[in-house]
Amino acid sequence: MSLPLFIEQILNGLQFGVMLFLMAAGLTLIFGVMGLINLAHGSLFMVGAFACAAVAAATGSFWLGLAASLAAAAMAGAVIEILVIRRLYERDHLDQVLATFALILIFSEGTRWVFGSFPLYLDIPPLLTGAASLPGGGQYPVYRLAVIAVGIAVALGLYVLIGRTRLGMRIRAGESDREMIGALGVDIGTLYTLVFALGAALAGLAGAMVGALQSVQVGMGEPVLILAFVVIVIGGIGSIKGALLGSILVGLTETLGRFLLPHLFALILPASEAAGMGAALASMLIYILMALILAFRPRGLFAAST
Amino acid sequence: MNRETLVNALLILGLLAAPFAADAMGEPFYVTLATRIAILALAATGLNIALGLGGLVSFGHAAFFGIGGYAAGILATHAFNAEPLLFGLPGTNQMVSIWLAAVAAAGMAALLIGLISLRTSGVYFIMITLAFAQMIYYFAISWPAYGGEDGLSIYVRNAFPGTNTMRPMSFFLIAAGLLLAGLAFFALLRNSRFGAALQAGRQNEIRLAAVGIAPFRIRLVAFVLSAMMTGVAGALFADLNRFVSPSMLSWHMSGELIVLIILGGVGRLAGPLAGAIVYVLFEFALGGVTEHWQLFLGLVLLCVVLFARGGVVGLLAGRARHG
Repeated sequence: MSLPLFIEQILNGLQFGVMLFLMAAGLTLIFGVMGLINLAHGSLFMVGAFACAAVAAATGSFWLGLAASLAAAAMAGAVIEILVIRRLYERDHLDQVLATFALILIFSEGTRWVFGSFPLYLDIPPLLTGAASLPGGGQYPVYRLAVIAVGIAVALGLYVLIGRTRLGMRIRAGESDREMIGALGVDIGTLYTLVFALGAALAGLAGAMVGALQSVQVGMGEPVLILAFVVIVIGGIGSIKGALLGSILVGLTETLGRFLLPHLFALILPASEAAGMGAALASMLIYILMALILAFRPRGLFAAST
Repeated sequence: MNRETLVNALLILGLLAAPFAADAMGEPFYVTLATRIAILALAATGLNIALGLGGLVSFGHAAFFGIGGYAAGILATHAFNAEPLLFGLPGTNQMVSIWLAAVAAAGMAALLIGLISLRTSGVYFIMITLAFAQMIYYFAISWPAYGGEDGLSIYVRNAFPGTNTMRPMSFFLIAAGLLLAGLAFFALLRNSRFGAALQAGRQNEIRLAAVGIAPFRIRLVAFVLSAMMTGVAGALFADLNRFVSPSMLSWHMSGELIVLIILGGVGRLAGPLAGAIVYVLFEFALGGVTEHWQLFLGLVLLCVVLFARGGVVGLLAGRARHG
């Protein structure tokens, strides 16, 4: 195991974590502000990926596809918020889980109906192809570095948006007292739609960026959704800071676990068994991490003080 | 006899009568369909203990369903290949032993998962149960010894003394017998002191604690019992398909079990049965017309959640009475 390989794995973990953050930020924002658990967030991820792949295939431009993915996911988010989600804010979590589960079925089958069951492929834009050299002599794809940069930029943007702007002030106010902010003359309905669309757009962005790294297919959002849940549970539901920290933690644990555990087991077991055992344990690692964190802090690392 | 009792009796009689009619008309496929209904209803009745009575929205009951299934698959495989399992113990192809193993395995898993998950509540509980189920799902996929992603076939359906389980009718009767036992257990539990405490914990945790009952232990026991029943259903389901795969552990399965309860009526005795009947018939009827039946299932489900609360039993028998 050499240093460049190790650095490469850390970068992979960061890239994965950043992608999770884009999902988790939307989820945690929606939960924090509206108190809603949204399983359909993975579908918005999928919508973003499909929109990007379809538009990129039609126009030949990844950048148009990226813009389309943001627009399509935000639009899909706004539409389901107005049609369905809005009726769920006052309901209990069971109803929210079921209604958004129903939305997943509708989105997944609807997408399969339109695009068929075969996966689509999305090419990395020419500007970002190629590899950058790492210290120690390794090579790393520029595209993945760009994904990390976008994630960091979004995290900074969200920090400014929530902490420094008027809209962010309203979002925070909505989080702590929705009646009061309504009484002060803020249209809470529009605010909620806006927050939901923002979360959806972030999910769509994540979907489009990941679409170039793997195949674009129905159901691609679900594993990511569940990992994003793990992230926000670890970070504390409602906390953007928690989501960022949780994402990086989960991304690194997952990637390094898959990379290191088989090597570790190889020290004590025959190679064939070590690979199987390492892979099996690595797939459980983040859940074990979550269980450990929750055993000591049942409300996550940065629980909102509600 | 009040209306709910009548509705319950009709649902159970309907489930029992339909396969006999189908068998008489020489349509064994419908017997299998009824068996599927009975097994899914049993699994959802298990979940109904935690979700309906205790208000514990477990989004990870597929874990127990799948563990039951894998218990059946693994024991049967070892018996078939005549390989010892653990510590020299042999596998088995006797359903009764397999059910006991499924109950024990699902119960152990639920105890561990419950000990951690039940420290949390609300959304955290939903997500944590989901995450634990995913953990087991990924473990099943990446553990190569028992088929991994491809699943595990059971070459001969496991045996039950005095009958040929390969006959659809016999297997249906076994499944229906277990469902009735499960429903009876649910009814007894609901009307017991334990059930009263469990339901009180759902309605008002602080008052329950104020009368000197710790909610945590009550919930943990309910969660474990709930998982055990779902585990037995999983073992039956594996025998029905003669196949176990990680899809039994997937979160879609967890969602489906909750859907059954919502369609039928939360916390109602025959809710899961009514839900399973509606769900399986819906799948069968629409699945024949369009391969995109899940889209319509989603629409129906959405309408039920938004507009028709109380499910089928609520529709037929009115609101639940507190006797």
